[in-house]
Amino acid sequence: MDSNVSEIPSTLSNPAGSSASSARRFSWLKQVLRLDNIELTVLALPTLIWYVLFTYLPMFGIVIAFVHYRPIRGANFVQSLFRSEFVGLRNFKYLFATPDAAIVFRNTLLYNIVFIVVGIVVPVTLAIMMSELYSQKLAKVCQTAIFLPYFLSWVVVSYFGLAFLSVNKGLINHMLTSLGREPVQWYMSPQYWPYILVLVNTWKNVGYGMVLYLASITNIDATLYEAAVVDGASKWQQIKYITLPMLKPMVIILFILSVGRIFNSDFGLFYIMPRNQGALVNVTQTIDVYVYKALMRMNNLGFASAASLLQSVFGLITILTANTLIKKVDPERGLF
Amino acid sequence: MTVRETVTISQLPRKPGGSTRLNRVPRAVNALFSLVFILLALAATLPLIFVIIISLSTDESVQMYGYRFLPKEWTFNAYAYLWMLKDFVGRAFLVSLGVTIAGTFLGLLLNSTMGYVLSRRNFVFRKFFTIVIFVPMLFSGGMVASYMINTQLLHLGNTYWALILPLAVSSFYIVILRTFFQTSIPEEVIESARIDGASQFRIFFSIVLPLSLPALATIGLFLSFTYWNSWFPALMYIDSAHAEMYPLQYVLMNIERTIQMLVRNAQFMLPTEVFQSLPTEAVRMAIVVVTVLPIALSYPFFQKYFISGLTIGAIKG
Repeated sequence: MDSNVSEIPSTLSNPAGSSASSARRFSWLKQVLRLDNIELTVLALPTLIWYVLFTYLPMFGIVIAFVHYRPIRGANFVQSLFRSEFVGLRNFKYLFATPDAAIVFRNTLLYNIVFIVVGIVVPVTLAIMMSELYSQKLAKVCQTAIFLPYFLSWVVVSYFGLAFLSVNKGLINHMLTSLGREPVQWYMSPQYWPYILVLVNTWKNVGYGMVLYLASITNIDATLYEAAVVDGASKWQQIKYITLPMLKPMVIILFILSVGRIFNSDFGLFYIMPRNQGALVNVTQTIDVYVYKALMRMNNLGFASAASLLQSVFGLITILTANTLIKKVDPERGLF
Repeated sequence: MTVRETVTISQLPRKPGGSTRLNRVPRAVNALFSLVFILLALAATLPLIFVIIISLSTDESVQMYGYRFLPKEWTFNAYAYLWMLKDFVGRAFLVSLGVTIAGTFLGLLLNSTMGYVLSRRNFVFRKFFTIVIFVPMLFSGGMVASYMINTQLLHLGNTYWALILPLAVSSFYIVILRTFFQTSIPEEVIESARIDGASQFRIFFSIVLPLSLPALATIGLFLSFTYWNSWFPALMYIDSAHAEMYPLQYVLMNIERTIQMLVRNAQFMLPTEVFQSLPTEAVRMAIVVVTVLPIALSYPFFQKYFISGLTIGAIKG
C-alpha cells in the first residue's frame, strides 16, 4: 500500500510523463533525480553542512594529537597541520609522565560510576514513591519544584553554593558557629568535595530522571495491577514483579547512554562549582577540566589534544561494549 | 533506528501505576512519602529563594551577620545599582536575549528540516542521513579538535556565531522531531498535497510545520533554555577584549573580575562614588536573580512540553 501511494507523486512530479517510462530503465538514476529526492536533499542540506562543520571536521581534527602543532605564518590551519612534525604517540607519553593524567582519569571514572548508580537508584525510587501519593496535586507541585534545578545553569548554581559555603558569610558556617563549632574553609578543604559534588549533581539532575521514570510508570497498563491485586499480591510484590520490570527498558537506555559518557564530565559541575580553587584540584579536576586548562591556560596543545582524543576513543569503546553486553544478556534490548 | 516505544504523554501523570482506591499504600506511608516530597521540594527551591533574599539585604547586614534568611535590613539598593550598571549588565542581558532568540529560530529550522527529511520513508538518502546524525552520538572529536576547527578554520572566535552555531543542532532533537512527524502527521495529507503539485518546501513550511506546533514548542523551549543558560561558548570563543559580546551567564561567571574591571576603567561614565559604595555582595546576587528569574517564572508553565519531549525522546536507536 505504501509503495502504491508513493508511485503517484513520482510520476506526477515529473512533468514530462512520456519520458518517465523510458527513464525507468535507469531506475537508480531516476530515483536520485526524482524531484522529491532533490527537494528533500536541499531541505536537509543546511543541517548536513552543520554536521560536517561541527562534528565531522573535528573528528578528523583529532590527528592533531599525533603531531607537534605549530601555526605557520601565512598558512591556514589545514596547511599548518600537515606541515607540523609527526610525533606519533609522544604527546600521550608525555601526558602520562605527569601525575595529573592518572588523577583526572581516576576522578572522571569514579565520579561517573557514583553518578550512574545514584542516578538510577534515587530517581527510580522517588518516581515509585511519587506514583503512590494519594494527592495528585501535591505530586504535581512537588514534581515541578524538584525539576526546577535541572533548568538552572551551573553558573547560577555555583552562587547558590557560595551562599551556603562561603567561609565568613555562608549559611553553613553561620550555623556551625552558632552551635559552637569551628567554621570550615569549604573551598580549601578537598576532603568534603566528593560528597558536595555528588550531592549537588544529584540535587540538580534528580528531577529529570524522576519525571522520565514517572512518565513510564504512568504508562504501565493498569490491568496488570488489577490482576495482581486479585491474585493477592502485596505492594512490594507489585513493585518487584510489575513496576521494576516495566521500567527496565528505560533504565537500560539511560544506563547505556551514561556509560557511553563515562569518560566525559559535566564541565560546569567540576569547573565552576568549586570556583576553580587550587586546593581542590586533586578531587575536582576531571578530563574535561584538565583539557580546558591545558588548552586555554597552559597553551599545551599536545597534552590537551592527547587527553581529548583518549576521552573520545575510550568513550566510543565503552558505549559499544555496554551495548554489546546488554544485547548478549537480552537480545531485545540495546540501543542500536 | 526504529522507534521502540512512542509514548504520547500530553498530560502530567494523572493516574499512576495501579493506585486505585483498593490498592493504595497505607495512610501512614502516604503521610511519610508526602513529607519526604515536601522536604525535597523545599530543598530544590530554597537556594533560589535564599539568593533572592540576599540580593535584597543591605551590605552592612551581610558584613555583620553573613547571608541569612531573615536579614536585619531589607533594601532594593542592589537593583538600583544594577540599573546604573545597565550599560554593562543590560547589554549582556540583551546579548543573551538576542542569542537566545536567534539560536532558537535557527535551531528549530535546522533540526526540523532534517527531522522532516528523515521522516520521509521513500527518500533515497534516508539511511545515509540517519547514519550521519547517529555517528556523532557515539564519537566526537572532543574539545580540542572542535576548538581548533572553530577558531582556526571557521574563524568563529569573537563573533556572535560562536555563541549560536555550536549549540544549534542536536541529534536528540532531530530524532524527537522525526518521531513526531512520523507518528502525528497523516501520510495522506502530505501525499495529497504532493498530488496537488505542492513542492516539498511548500509542504514542509505550510502544512507540516503548522501541524507540529506542540513538538516545535518542546524543541524550541529546550533550545531557548539551552541558549539562555549557556556560558561555555563565551568562555571558549570570546576574549576579554570583546567583553561587550559577553552574555549574561558569562558576565555572572566573571563577576569579580568584571566589577574590578569596571572600577578600574571608570570611563563607563559613572561617578566614582557609585563604585566606592557598590554593594558588591547584593549586586552579585541581584545579577543571579536577573539571570534566573526569566527561567524560574516561565518554566512551570512550559513544564508539560518538556515532559512530553523527554518522553518522545525515550527511543530505541
